[in-house]
Amino acid sequence: MELTESWFLVLSALLFTIGATGLLIRRNPLVMFMCVELMLNAVNITFVTFSNSLRDLSGQTAVFFVLVVAAAEVVIGLSIVVAVMRRDPEATADDIATLRG
Amino acid sequence: MVDVVSFLIAAAIVLGGALGVVGFSNPVHAALSLIASFFGVAVVFIIQEAHFLALVQVVVYAGAIVVLFLFVIMLLGVDTATDLRTEPLVGQRALGLTFGAILLTLILGGLFLSGPGDERGAVALTGQQSVVQPVDDRSQIEQLGEDLFTRNILAFQATALLLTIATVGAVVLVRNEGGEDLVIDEPGSAAD
Repeated sequence: MELTESWFLVLSALLFTIGATGLLIRRNPLVMFMCVELMLNAVNITFVTFSNSLRDLSGQTAVFFVLVVAAAEVVIGLSIVVAVMRRDPEATADDIATLRG
Repeated sequence: MVDVVSFLIAAAIVLGGALGVVGFSNPVHAALSLIASFFGVAVVFIIQEAHFLALVQVVVYAGAIVVLFLFVIMLLGVDTATDLRTEPLVGQRALGLTFGAILLTLILGGLFLSGPGDERGAVALTGQQSVVQPVDDRSQIEQLGEDLFTRNILAFQATALLLTIATVGAVVLVRNEGGEDLVIDEPGSAAD
């Protein structure tokens, strides 16, 4: 058996789907953020796969930018979670609806 | 054959970790499961000869980001298991799983069925050699650095701005302006 791009792309598709499904079915905001990280990692696998098979390093550069955006997103997201959970430690994703005033 | 075996092991770790993130009721266990998944992704990067990215993956994702998650979990004291058997929103899980199945079908369909003529999906996309920036004999870090600081210099500076904004935003959001103390659940503090 030979390892082709399709194997990596199928792995990436499965990982992305698990992340997206987890985002929809979990209610703890922290776990939902972890699921977003899983989806970003799935996209990174795709980038690296195409970078490798096309012999073009641009894909790997794109992964860097995904990484930076993921870091910024986690920082802001967790700040919001801390601010919400400070008011109500039992808060779930539904309770953020109180922000509408 | 060796690469197939290592890919299968890495894929099992990645998917097992991901399922753990979704399935564990305790957020701490979910975060530790996330580390396993990130390490598996790093192995996948190594198989694809992206050695530097594998290193960054371990340091930034498995190191910094998951530690940040664990830090917030411990700070807020939400490290108790939530009951996953009850379903406050009726039908949420069924709808979520249905959506996931549809999404997977669409992605795999796009992967294997799309494309012109006999060349389908990934083959149609990857069957051609790139002319944009072919990989040469220099070290990978050297090429990545050159790519980052020449062709992508504007995006690179934009990310610097983004990280500055994120840092300031985090301080503004979390700062305790009213002077009210953060409620931290210490073991035993509920008793007195």
